[in-house]
Amino acid sequence: MAKIIVVTSGKGGVGKTTTTAALGAALAQAGQNVCVVDFDVGLRNLDLIMGAERRVVYDLINVVQGDAKLPQALIRDKRLDTLSLLPASQTRDKDALTDEGVARVIGELREKFDWVICDSPAGIERGATLAMRHADIAVVVTNPEVSSVRDSDRIIGLLDSKTERAEKGERLEKHLILTRYDPGRAERGEMLKIDDVLEILSIPLLAVIPESEEVLKASNLGSPVTLNAPQSAPARAYADAVRRLKGETVAMTVPSEKRSLLGKLFTRRAA
Amino acid sequence: MVVGNNSSTAVTSISLTRPSLPLRGRSFRALVLAPETPLGDWFSHLDALVQRSPTLFSERAVILDVSGLAKDSLREDAAGPEAAEPAEDATDAAAATPDIAGLVDELKQRGIRIMGVEKAEPAWLGPALPPLLSGGRPAEMAPPEPAKDLELPREPEPVKPPEPRKPNSLVLETPLRSGQSVYHPEGDVTVMGSVASGAEILAGGSIHIYGALRGRAIAGAGGNPRARICCRKFEPELIGIDGLFRTADTTDPKLRKKAVQVWLEGDTLRMAALD
Repeated sequence: MAKIIVVTSGKGGVGKTTTTAALGAALAQAGQNVCVVDFDVGLRNLDLIMGAERRVVYDLINVVQGDAKLPQALIRDKRLDTLSLLPASQTRDKDALTDEGVARVIGELREKFDWVICDSPAGIERGATLAMRHADIAVVVTNPEVSSVRDSDRIIGLLDSKTERAEKGERLEKHLILTRYDPGRAERGEMLKIDDVLEILSIPLLAVIPESEEVLKASNLGSPVTLNAPQSAPARAYADAVRRLKGETVAMTVPSEKRSLLGKLFTRRAA
Repeated sequence: MVVGNNSSTAVTSISLTRPSLPLRGRSFRALVLAPETPLGDWFSHLDALVQRSPTLFSERAVILDVSGLAKDSLREDAAGPEAAEPAEDATDAAAATPDIAGLVDELKQRGIRIMGVEKAEPAWLGPALPPLLSGGRPAEMAPPEPAKDLELPREPEPVKPPEPRKPNSLVLETPLRSGQSVYHPEGDVTVMGSVASGAEILAGGSIHIYGALRGRAIAGAGGNPRARICCRKFEPELIGIDGLFRTADTTDPKLRKKAVQVWLEGDTLRMAALD
């Protein structure tokens, strides 16, 4: 039986899709059977980040509406054969998702995989609430910035009221991934510090992903950052997150890029 | 004839732009007089009632319910003027309009002052007449017992006070997240965690927050000037007690992030650090 993870944030552009792809790839690298599901119907991105955009035939909507069977729509990753993608439809909108259809698809995925990671759309509307509906674990992605933190707080409130587990009175694990963090800028007061964010959101920290050019580079290459540059700081932070999700105790650090002394001296950029 | 009625309902208006002028609601119990035609008979019934209980209408809010006149006014006119006993000088002006001014005068002669008129068309009421009321709800009010009062005229039964409200406090074990709203019209609200930016609490009583207050807290909603707000860390967006409000901009920056209590002193919202 799979664990269902929803990657959500409320606000857009904070790194939900990047996080979904990175966690999915890192879990698959660790030998787990993983499916990443794109719930952002109408604005599908996960296929691009996963480098599978040229292989999409059927999508989530086709499966939800019964036009295709689940195995027909699943796309197996070319690099990791334990990693699959269920893409979203780009031509439809969120209203095409039905409660029963989503419940049935999630039920089928639960049988097939060890982990199902649902990439939630931004917002608090139907798409987002359906993506979180059946989750066992929520990963809340937040930038160290006030509007992102407030939107995440709103999403946590929904996680505590709108999910199946919350309605049954069961516990829904909630974890925070803080993305685009720059320790130097936080120290200078230019962004929120880790402790500020944790104090406001009061959920456990799963990982701090440092701001890094590797993330954008990997996205544009269509490869999760944990596959594309496994030794980069963000990839190591995501790998630690995966070990924590699997129950290991890993000391919390903010990985930094390993640079030579000369590199440190000469690549200092304006913040 | 005499019906108990809750004349006005409590409405506390939230006045964000004019914090110096709080509007408060208050609810009174009013007697409702509903005249019926023919008015001559109705007035003789009324006179008999007043004779039995002379203090029935003293110091009482009295509302005039004219619905009984409205449906009969046409028929009454057709039947002839003999039914309309009170002043008739205005009847030719509007055939279907009941003579409310005459009725009010007639009642005034009996020592009954009308506070407002219910179930009338706005056009029936001139500027000299009591205002039109709406939204009244029926309430229990025992009519005077007729037989015994004949020998011993006595005070009418006092209006029963509403049942004492049970202490009714709400304790929230979890933090209040952005977008969540708690409305607890009667009693105190205690939050064991924080109240996030974009969350709000409205309480009839006091509000106690054992975490940070980053959202909105409005205590004493519905008219309780003795309500207070206490929190461990004061970073509110908006606070209010009994219709008086302050936004974060107008609070003392020295109190920020401190443990603070907020209370009402006269018409001023006061706040001070707790330690």
